[in-house]
Order: sequence, then structure tokens, then C-alpha cells
Amino acid sequence: MGLFSDAGFFAAAGALTVPAVILGIKEKPIGMYGLAVTLFFVIMASKAQPISLIYMGLYCVLEYGLVRGMIPAVKRFGRNGYLYWGFILMSLAPLIVYKLTGVAGHSVFGFMGISYMTFKSVQMIIEIYDGLIDSVRPVEFVYFLLFFPCILSGPIDRSRRFHEDYITVRKKQDYLDMVGTGMYKFMLGAVFKFAAGSGVYQAMLWLGMKNTLGSAIIYMYTYGCYLYFDFAGYSLMAVGLSYMYGIKAPDNFNKPFLSTDMKDFWDRWHISLSHWFRDFIFSRLMMRSIKGKWFKSKLTAASFGFIVNMGVMGVWHGLDIHFIMYGLYHGVLLSLTEIYQKKSKFHKKHKKERWYLGVSWFITFNLVMFGFFIFSGRFTQLVGIE
Amino acid sequence: MEEKILDMLAEICGDDIVKENPDINLMDEDLMDSLDYTELLVEIETEFGIVMSPSEFTRDQMDTPNKIIAQVKARS
Repeated sequence: MGLFSDAGFFAAAGALTVPAVILGIKEKPIGMYGLAVTLFFVIMASKAQPISLIYMGLYCVLEYGLVRGMIPAVKRFGRNGYLYWGFILMSLAPLIVYKLTGVAGHSVFGFMGISYMTFKSVQMIIEIYDGLIDSVRPVEFVYFLLFFPCILSGPIDRSRRFHEDYITVRKKQDYLDMVGTGMYKFMLGAVFKFAAGSGVYQAMLWLGMKNTLGSAIIYMYTYGCYLYFDFAGYSLMAVGLSYMYGIKAPDNFNKPFLSTDMKDFWDRWHISLSHWFRDFIFSRLMMRSIKGKWFKSKLTAASFGFIVNMGVMGVWHGLDIHFIMYGLYHGVLLSLTEIYQKKSKFHKKHKKERWYLGVSWFITFNLVMFGFFIFSGRFTQLVGIE
Repeated sequence: MEEKILDMLAEICGDDIVKENPDINLMDEDLMDSLDYTELLVEIETEFGIVMSPSEFTRDQMDTPNKIIAQVKARS
């Protein structure tokens, strides 16, 4: 059963969500029921590859063990670098094994959502280290990791935020408001993905597949729009469905094609991912570099940070050249944006003017589209790199 | 402590308006970005020994000088 793609999934989700809504209206906790539904979908989605269920189970056991072990370890050893990196590496191990064995030819340990679940586990390890989390309950932990609306491709939720929703039993009216919002988001997501996304994809296939410059340009813009409608559509459906279960999963997109510069773009595109990277990689790296006085200039530090941050983001998508290029492309663009905005008198003088924002928007839009052109793999294919 | 924090903010944001209007929204007014925020967290740790991590707060818990002061005080 393909989550968010098969008709069977939508029929089952619709039917199974009715008891959740009834629980919510009766002001009863929905968590346990949500977990049961989650386990049902996890099993149904894994039928084609039953071994992935075993991997998923092992993953949950490993991560739970790490998270439970981290808590007393931090109390004993404090802010110890070996502890920090040791636990993070162990937490990343399943994903690393999966990706590397994939490159070698036969991937092992894969299961639905492994790339996204890893973010959630690592977040908890880091926040335990920081003293923000001091207890973990196994059932809630598994539910957080596997929560079916978000298991396939996010949005990437945060455990403390999830916990608040999980333990909260809302008043009937508040819950019904959530259901209404959820249904709206779900419907909008379905239109995005199945109407707009599919339509644009067809246009891409008809007009964008020839090896000519004109065709490549059409491919670039149609692919970018397809990617948005498909992914934002899925995200909206995921968030909408999560609302029905009393969980306000974070939104993933905010009109990204209105971005006026690259920094603005990453606040509007795949937001849960970009914010995760900002909070757990970029910011921490920057703080380390400031404390260690690695760089004389703030701008050099920022450039380093952006390139590393986005580089990792690119590699997370996959070890293919076009993914690595995509990450570095955005890292360099963000660095150049930062340098320009901080150093250019022209920018400081005109940055609030409408014509300037218009030009800025136009440049950003095209840079973003070219980035997706790289991401699609078509650019490297056309120029012969891949 | 309040004075020190406001001084830090004025230096990081490059604008004394943060002292004049401690309820000004630093994000909306383009006074502080992600980089400035990390610099602030480092200075708070260096100056007061208070460790605050980047993922600890939501943006709206730390987007005005007064809110920042409140969060730091709560941890001292």
C-alpha cells in the first residue's frame, strides 16, 4: 500500500480517522488509537518488503536504547564531546549503513521514512545533551518516530512540541477547529499533488524532454513547479491528517516562489528540514566557530557555515553528484547573499523599495529554479557529468 | 544584568534602537538574523555562564529584547 498515493490508502485513512474524530469530540485522548492506526499503516506499507519491518523494529529498539542511555550518561559526564559525537554517530549508523550499502550496489537496512526518522532521533539525542529533555516514554517515543501522517517524507516534527500535543486533550470546540483546518489543508494538498502537480508533470513530459536548449528551459521551470506542487501537496495532506489526530505537525511550505532572496527562500521551502539544519547544524557550528575563534571575519564564518550546512543537506538527499552539487550550489548562493547584503551600500539603500524587491524576486526565482534543475539530475545529465 | 544584555544586543544588531525600544520585534525589523542569534547565545554563555541552545526556543520566545532578558533571567 503506497501511503498518500494509492486509493486504498485514502479509503483506509478516511475510514480509520473517523474513530479518531469521535474520540476528539468526546474529549478523550487520541494518542493510543493514533498509534494503533500508525502500526496498521506501517504493516500495510511494508507488505511488499516484509524485511523492512524488521529493520524498522530494530531501528526503534536501537534509538530508544540510545535515547534512554543518553539521559544518565549526560548526568554523569556532562557536556563531553566524546559522549555527544559517540551517541550521534550511533544514532546515524542505520542511515549511514543504508546509504553506503546502496552506493555499493545492494542497500541494506532500508525502511520507509528512515531518512526522516533519523532527524527525530538525532534531535532528541542533542536535546538530551543540552538538558532540554530528561525523560522518555517508550510508547510515545515510537509514536513520535512512526507517526503515520508524517512517516513517509515528513514534515519533521520536534519531540517536545509533539509531546505537548500528545498529552493535551483539547476542548471539543478547539478540536473541531483543528479538524476543520486539517480537512482544508488535506483537500488543498490533494489538489496540489494530484491536480496541479500531475498536470505540470505531464506538461514537462510533453514539452521538456528533448535535448535542446528550449526543451531544457521548459524542463527546468516545469520540473520546479511540479516538485513544489507534489511535495507541498503531500506535506499539506500530511499536516492536515496529523491535525485530525490532535497533532499540529509543522507546515513545510510558505509560498516559496514569492521569496525575495535565498535566505527568505529557505524560510519558505521545506521549512521543517531547513529549520532542523539551521538549529542542529548551522547554529551549533557557528557557535563552535565563534567560541574557538576560527575566523577573523563574521562573513567568512557565515560562508563556511552555509556551505557546510547546505552541503550536508545535499548529501542527505543522496550521494549522487547532482545532489552534492545542489547542496553546494545553495551553500554558495547563501554565502554570496550574506556577503552582498552585509557589504553592499546599494543594497542597504534600496532594500525596501518595490522595484528593488521586484528585481530581487526575479533573480531569486530563477536561481531557485536552476537549483531544482540540478536537483532533478537533468542538468548533470545534459552536460554529461552523470 | 539587563543593561549588559541590552549592550550585547545593541552591539550585535548594530543599532541602539534595541535599548530605546525593548519591545521591538528583532526579526520583523531585520535587526537580528540566525547568525546574530548564535552570536548572542555565545555571548550569554561567555558573560553569564548560562548555556542556551539554538533549538531550545521558538522564534517568538526570543524575538524582542525584553523576551530575551526574561529568558536569561529565568535561567540565572
